[in-house]
Amino acid sequence: MNIVVCVKYVPDLAAQPRFTADHRVDRAGGQLSELDEYAVEQALRVADTVPGTHVTHLTVGPPPAAEALRRALAMGGDAAVHVSDAGIAGSDAPATALILAAALRRLTPDLVLCAMASTDGGTSLVPAMLAEHLEWPQLTFAAEMTLDQGGTVQIRREATGEVRHLAAELPAVVSVTDRIGDPRYPSFKGIMAAKKKPLDTWTLADLGVPADRVGPAARTVVDGITARPPRAAGTIVPAEGEGGRRLADFLSTQKFI
Amino acid sequence: MSDVLVLVGHLAGPVGKAGLELLTLARRLGDPVAVCAGTVDERAVETLGRYGARRIHVIESDDVREYPVAWVRALADLAAGTRPVAVLTESTPDGRETAARLSIRLDGGVLTDAVDVQPGPDGPVITQWAFAAGYTVTSRVVGGIPIIAVKSNAAVPEEAPATPMVTRSPLVLDEADRRTRVVSREPRESTGRPQLTEADIVVSGGRGLGGAEQFELIERLADALGAAVGASRAAVDAGWYAHTHQVGQTGVTVSPQLYIAVGISGAIQHRAGMQTSKTIVAVNKDAEAPIFELADYGVVGDLFEVVPQLLDEVTRRRA
Ligand SMILES: Cc1cc2nc3c(=O)[nH]c(=O)nc-3n(C[C@H](O)[C@H](O)[C@H](O)COP(=O)(O)OP(=O)(O)OC[C@H]3O[C@@H](n4cnc5c(N)ncnc54)[C@H](O)[C@@H]3O)c2cc1C
Repeated sequence: MNIVVCVKYVPDLAAQPRFTADHRVDRAGGQLSELDEYAVEQALRVADTVPGTHVTHLTVGPPPAAEALRRALAMGGDAAVHVSDAGIAGSDAPATALILAAALRRLTPDLVLCAMASTDGGTSLVPAMLAEHLEWPQLTFAAEMTLDQGGTVQIRREATGEVRHLAAELPAVVSVTDRIGDPRYPSFKGIMAAKKKPLDTWTLADLGVPADRVGPAARTVVDGITARPPRAAGTIVPAEGEGGRRLADFLSTQKFI
Repeated sequence: MSDVLVLVGHLAGPVGKAGLELLTLARRLGDPVAVCAGTVDERAVETLGRYGARRIHVIESDDVREYPVAWVRALADLAAGTRPVAVLTESTPDGRETAARLSIRLDGGVLTDAVDVQPGPDGPVITQWAFAAGYTVTSRVVGGIPIIAVKSNAAVPEEAPATPMVTRSPLVLDEADRRTRVVSREPRESTGRPQLTEADIVVSGGRGLGGAEQFELIERLADALGAAVGASRAAVDAGWYAHTHQVGQTGVTVSPQLYIAVGISGAIQHRAGMQTSKTIVAVNKDAEAPIFELADYGVVGDLFEVVPQLLDEVTRRRA
């Protein structure tokens, strides 16, 4: 089984985001998107149980994005591919999906694993876009995933109002949630081993992706970014046996009761 | 004016609030075409018309229940015929998934998590809140049909009665559209409470509750206020409350008039799902809990004293 995990290098969520003059996110000083660790973990669990499984981590991003791949490799897996090209900066989700799909055609996986969303953009668009590009099935927001011998993948999805079980034949794209199982922590041995694992860098030309389909030529433009006014400081009171009544007074003045 | 396709979806009862919000926004851009399947009875037609649908297009196929990609095919077929000025879906996991595939199929552009949609000289202008709602971003689609996934509560449904034409078409899926299939569904029992994403008031409980039984306190407060119940991931992971109630980065995002956080510390992943709420109230025994940084009103104290007293007060003041 050949598995590719799509991962993203994202800015630290807790830090103040910075933007470049042309409304892009400044990507210096990032990390592997936390939610991607759940996808990496699922790939490694398959590798732990299915002999002969080969796991490749794939990212599209600026040069420092290689750090995200090293982190994924430190968790486990065999190889990594970094699509890096000056022409990529400014790409939106469709452009990123186009590049990833081109790389996936070359890597010919049986299974592509993604997170349910990135922790920065958070659009959840890329897995379904990959599936559309490749004309593959997509099983998204998996809270559970099972693979059977015959090459069928099934997932459990906790949707609003119902739990849904979905299935597809491989090859398929599966995105996983943080409910699917806690990611392992890279061991010291894993971190050392990751440094020796193959990490290839591919350009747009290597993949035959036309430069005018990605980067700033993308289908969406940002006209403006403004910081929202911070919330005004609230009133914090001690309970002192009167907490419920004080809260009721506040809710009354706000017309909630 | 030109058509705006609105994905209302499969109907098995009254049209939901989300569909009416989408129609309200669609009217700003053109003539709304409500795209639906299932039981589109007289009542549904009346409701959709009352909120401005100029046309109701019924997909006569149960495949939309069986194959998630069927909606992509249905919308792509319609778009090929009418060249809509925009396609609107809900910004739910299902809605975004359809929007994603559709944008590739139509070679259009897609924007998710819209909190506002306005007409502009160069097509619809979409407002989003980015980076834990710290920033307001305005964007447009350039070239191709704009496909916009809209968050709930982005608009207040407004009536604008129209007499809709009802059109119907069968659905012809190709093999690739059938590759993802629904094996089974387990419907959840309705609690009778408002839906989390649609509710005006949300009362959420966290690890501070200490157990599943104690969530009854949250439910009682929610019922007294006509609110939906939310939970932190810690409470969900502990098995105290169902995951569909989880508020936050990997749960649902809510934007109610009032959000009450009880026994929740206010971790960044939780805040990501509730910090655009109009008014935020917190009850926590730790004065240093980060949730107080967001709170318009906070009570530092034991929730097992504060909440029962609040419940008594609500009952007494209502009487
Ligand atoms: C990838 C990822 C995704 C995540 N997604 C989400 C998400 O979507 N939603 C989410 O909520 N979290 C999410 N988390 C988890 C998040 O980081 C926190 O762990 C979680 O929100 C903590 O929940 P809590 O506030 O209920 O618990 P705690 O942080 O343990 O806080 C409990 C609070 O209760 C207070 N308390 C205890 N007893 C009482 C009492 N008797 N009276 C009053 N107060 C009391 C304490 O002072 C404390 O502040 C995610 C984490 C990760 C890594």
